[in-house]
Amino acid sequence: MKRNFGPTYVAPQALWLTVFFAAPLLIIVAYSFLQKGLYGGVEVVFSTQAWVDIANPTLLKVTVKTLWVSLAATLIIILLALPCGYSIARSKNQALRLFLVIVPFWTNFLVRIYAWISILGNEGFVNQALRFLGFRAEGFQFLYNQGAVIFVLVYMYLPYAILPLFSTIDKFDFTLLEAARDLGSTKMQSYIKIMLPNIKGGVITAVLFTFIPIFGAYAVPLLIGGKDSYMLGNVIADQLTKTRNWPLASAISMSMTLLTAIAVFLFAFKKPKEQQIVKDIDPLSLPNGKTTGFLHRAPGQGKKKPSAKGAA
Amino acid sequence: MKGSDVTVSNVSKFFGSFAALKDVSLEIKKGEFYSLLGPSGCGKTTLLRAIAGFEDPDSGLILIDGTDVSGLSPDKRHCNTVFQSYALFPHLTVFENVAFPLRIKKTPVRLIKDLVMKHLSLVQLESHADKKPSQLSGGQKQRVAIARALINEPSVLLLDEPLSALDAKLRQHMLMELDSIHDKVGITFIYVTHDQQEALSVSDRIAVMNAGLVLQVGTPQQIYENPATEFVARFIGETNIFKGKVLSREGTLNVIGIDGYGTLLVDDETPVEVGDTIVATIRPEKIRISNDQPVGDELNVVKGIVEEPIYSGFQTKYVVRVEGGERLTIFRQHANWSEGIPDIEWKDDVCLSFSARDLVIVEKSPG
Repeated sequence: MKRNFGPTYVAPQALWLTVFFAAPLLIIVAYSFLQKGLYGGVEVVFSTQAWVDIANPTLLKVTVKTLWVSLAATLIIILLALPCGYSIARSKNQALRLFLVIVPFWTNFLVRIYAWISILGNEGFVNQALRFLGFRAEGFQFLYNQGAVIFVLVYMYLPYAILPLFSTIDKFDFTLLEAARDLGSTKMQSYIKIMLPNIKGGVITAVLFTFIPIFGAYAVPLLIGGKDSYMLGNVIADQLTKTRNWPLASAISMSMTLLTAIAVFLFAFKKPKEQQIVKDIDPLSLPNGKTTGFLHRAPGQGKKKPSAKGAA
Repeated sequence: MKGSDVTVSNVSKFFGSFAALKDVSLEIKKGEFYSLLGPSGCGKTTLLRAIAGFEDPDSGLILIDGTDVSGLSPDKRHCNTVFQSYALFPHLTVFENVAFPLRIKKTPVRLIKDLVMKHLSLVQLESHADKKPSQLSGGQKQRVAIARALINEPSVLLLDEPLSALDAKLRQHMLMELDSIHDKVGITFIYVTHDQQEALSVSDRIAVMNAGLVLQVGTPQQIYENPATEFVARFIGETNIFKGKVLSREGTLNVIGIDGYGTLLVDDETPVEVGDTIVATIRPEKIRISNDQPVGDELNVVKGIVEEPIYSGFQTKYVVRVEGGERLTIFRQHANWSEGIPDIEWKDDVCLSFSARDLVIVEKSPG
């Protein structure tokens, strides 16, 4: 018998996850049950104050808004990414198109946010162009509102949805669409009733890849949003750096993690039933000489129209 | 007779510079089992897809029951397709796959169950209604595809190499089933295949295609016994080809000079003239083989040596090198067999004899 080296092989990864994932998480949980320090940090005294403070109407309002913004941005992203992924999957130069989707990642996240500020800002390219064309001189206020936040979030996270959708659609059997058309459905019906259910896995991945980071967004609402665009990520940052209430920041973080985890389990982990594969039964080997066909002939009975059928 | 007649009139289709169909014209009658037969890439599937509405011909017309269907999308045409890959919807059960066209049509729910079960019983799959396609065998998937294609009661059923994914024994069985389904529903079947045996055994008529052209249309017998071109002769079954010159003729009896054989007598109605170059063919089972003396009083007798006897139970195939160097193929059926009868074996000197009527002129060119 060979020794099973499984635990040895897994050890580095287990260590990595323990040190960089489980431990910080536990520290956050622990912090949420401690007293806040005067200038930030925590006093090592047990307290449930943070979990009492968390139940306040302002925080609830921000949570609802964060959920709303995340859902709206995710929905828009999926609606845009579906046709995108479809056209890449059906195109002849997939590699080039995928490359174009990935190119923005070469530029730093923050730089791309600032790019939008210089495009959409009050003195940005768009306003200058509009002014040049004779629109009102004081310009348009594009930034620092909820719409701008959603717009930039959509821009930021669109590739994370396009890639998984592309890879599922690429594996989709397009003959099924032809079959659906052949059986009487319109183009739209064939996409919705046949393609969508069969690329469900990709849609779920795309939703998770976009919804989760957007739910925790910090930089985009901070730089693009106005006063009313605060999201939970900004509240946590404020608790850490301005209000200096680390236990509360930890409690909010933990609640968000739990909320997201529950949502993911409800949304993505409905396990499909096991399926068995059946082999063809040799029709000639069935008992009683019965065939599986609904109509069968005795041997030598010949074909239906001896006059017209191949005598070869 | 139910079903529709389908007329294909001067249809051409190009993919880039590649001509998939070159000026194809066909008349398919109501209720016919009509096969499009040809090697892969001959245009048969493109033609089927054009009838179904998946490809728009670049020129020419397709008429179903005399009505031009060009521009009609597949869902507006009264024909349904059985796809080569079955194209069953993997997320739906067998029942829902078959019910799909009815749900799209918004058929009242109370009618759907009966209709679906009726069609599932047509293909003997009632007991599998709740399974997913992935739980079915290849043959069962094929039946679901057929039931699904028939539930809308189309007037034309298009079958795109429906049996090519099945193993040989099952293919034979499904072919008989298809034939009896055709008898039962009585609609027009257009059947695309590259398998000449399939086409010969079930079709009312066959169109043999190659390189975007229809070479011959006819009953299985006409196609097999009287091929119109050398390609058709070679593609359908096995055959022996002779090329030579017409030396003299008397009525329909031609004396053909063939390099290596001397002369052969060909009795064929094809009008040829002395001096024409012709290609003639004879099927291997029409040549009689014997040890030394010719059998019967056939007009053509050729001597040779057995190079390869290939025994396959019901018959033996002989490859015989004849005087002059050509190789001929002969099938000899074993109608009676008893031990002790001297068999024809490897390296034996043999005598081949065949009738002048069984030689068919498939091509001719003057001078």
